[in-house]
Amino acid sequence: MKTLPLARLIFGAAVIFFLIAPLIAILPLAFTDSVFLNYPIPAYSTRWFEELVTADVWRRSIVNSLIIGLGTTLLATLLGTVSALGLREKRLSLLLATIKTLFLLPLVVPAVVLGVGMQLMFAQYSLTNSYIGVIVAHTVVAVPFVVVNVLAALQGIDRRLEQAAASLGASPTTVLRKVTLPLALPGILSGAVFAFATSLDEVVLTLFVAGPNQRTLARQMFSTIRENISPAIAAVAFVFILGTILLALIMRFARGMRQGQA
Amino acid sequence: MSNPFIRLEGVTKSFGALTVVEGLDLEIERGEFVSLLGPSGSGKTTILMMLAGFENPTSGTIWADGKRIDGLPPHKRNMGVVFQNYALFPHMTVSENIGFPLKMRGAARAETAERVKKALDMVQMDALSDRRPSQLSGGQQQRVALARALIFEPEVVLMDEPLGALDKQLREQMQLDIRELHRRLGLTIVFVTHDQSEALTMSDRIAIFNRGKIEQIGGPAEIYDHPNTRFVAEFIGETNLVNGPIRKSDGGTARVELAGGQEIMVESSQDYAPDERVCLSIRPERIKLRPAAGPANTLRATVSDIVYHGDHLRLLLSCEGASFVAKTDRSAQPPAVGAAVDLSFQPADCWVIRQ
Repeated sequence: MKTLPLARLIFGAAVIFFLIAPLIAILPLAFTDSVFLNYPIPAYSTRWFEELVTADVWRRSIVNSLIIGLGTTLLATLLGTVSALGLREKRLSLLLATIKTLFLLPLVVPAVVLGVGMQLMFAQYSLTNSYIGVIVAHTVVAVPFVVVNVLAALQGIDRRLEQAAASLGASPTTVLRKVTLPLALPGILSGAVFAFATSLDEVVLTLFVAGPNQRTLARQMFSTIRENISPAIAAVAFVFILGTILLALIMRFARGMRQGQA
Repeated sequence: MSNPFIRLEGVTKSFGALTVVEGLDLEIERGEFVSLLGPSGSGKTTILMMLAGFENPTSGTIWADGKRIDGLPPHKRNMGVVFQNYALFPHMTVSENIGFPLKMRGAARAETAERVKKALDMVQMDALSDRRPSQLSGGQQQRVALARALIFEPEVVLMDEPLGALDKQLREQMQLDIRELHRRLGLTIVFVTHDQSEALTMSDRIAIFNRGKIEQIGGPAEIYDHPNTRFVAEFIGETNLVNGPIRKSDGGTARVELAGGQEIMVESSQDYAPDERVCLSIRPERIKLRPAAGPANTLRATVSDIVYHGDHLRLLLSCEGASFVAKTDRSAQPPAVGAAVDLSFQPADCWVIRQ
């Protein structure tokens, strides 16, 4: 029995190592001085970070990722929040329950299938090779995250708060603005973070619908590793990790807000 | 002809196959304190929700101040609602909560601030105006909820078991506070509760609900002393119910035979058919433990148990064919368990419930 805590510790450490080993492998290479993406590292420098901000392809892809990411976040948060408001009843009718399932479908449908379908459809409306097309594509896979997060937040709101506001003279839109949305804000924020993160690392759909002008950072990494294996990829990975940690902190803050109100 | 302030006419509310309120008629005068009292599931809260506009009646009409209000959305009804869980906005301070109804009515900032201050004074919460609801105790939250429901001078204040979550001492204090506010501000209050003593202490009139219908409505003393049905007699306070046929009745008195053969004389001006079976309600505090002088009823009984209640004793007495509960004060030496005693009560203290 005494060995059990030790075994647990070792097993836990092993799992964590398994999960972060790829990161440990790639991150130091971001600071290599060499032009090859491999060990050993001859000398350390920040030249590949400079490459990211000076080389045109990388600069463009960073800007593209930000434009598409922010566009997706806005659109997905708006659509997801509105749908969550419509789906918040605890007992859904058959129609609403079906709609809710449809909203969550992009989580399980293979991205390649979505990608093929979107390319065919976008071609009809000449949306291929356009920012709008990529944003719409990313929004489709980002909306479920917003719906799930906002629904969870809405279901935590006591209906009597909204009834109280109505009895005190607030019209339905005022109740929404002054009571429902402020109370659901932590859920909306974490939904938005998820939407941004989804857009940032989405590759499959981007391959199908984006043209050369909408190359995102993830897409650029994908082609770089096939063409010339530059350590710039490691530098991008490093930036991604930093960004992810930042987003995680934002979410923690949002959750803290939710608890502060309870 | 009187024109009641609030009138419900034939109001029925069903949820699917379940009828929660059935064909209800109720009139409430301006300035009246009416309690809706009943067990849970009797429909009393549903009535309140329909008055507030959160639910609409399946059929029937609701009138307030001469205007038909069923179908009107809650924000156009001008009714203050106090909820059992207070329903304070967690993302606003105490002041913002209380000022909310004024803001909704577009009051100027300075006026709002002044009225909020007055309202805070009224409920003695002025020191805590910048706190969030989560930083307040239950009683303090209740005061804020009350101030918020009163600040816009609503025509009617609806309260849904507002004191249910408070401990006994605080509840009694709040009962007095609410009654005092009711008198001072001349409020019309509809108060839902399942606590009969709360209803008795606070109300002008009490409506007793059972299965979606009003079993009886009247002043506290009327309900307590003259219950119309067994349900009301048992729901309000404690009582002894005995059954038996009428053996003799003439102008003002009647005799009822108990299962053990004893006859009880009761005061009743009603006419009875011979052998009509009736139910008698005799309150425990009316039963005396001594042979009666004059025209009272005396029964021979044995003491089967004595329960100590601090300020009084409760004696369980059994006699042939019936058992009684008697409340006695503690000034006299109580009999021992198993002792034989004479219990007595006046004919006027027997209330006849016809079946």
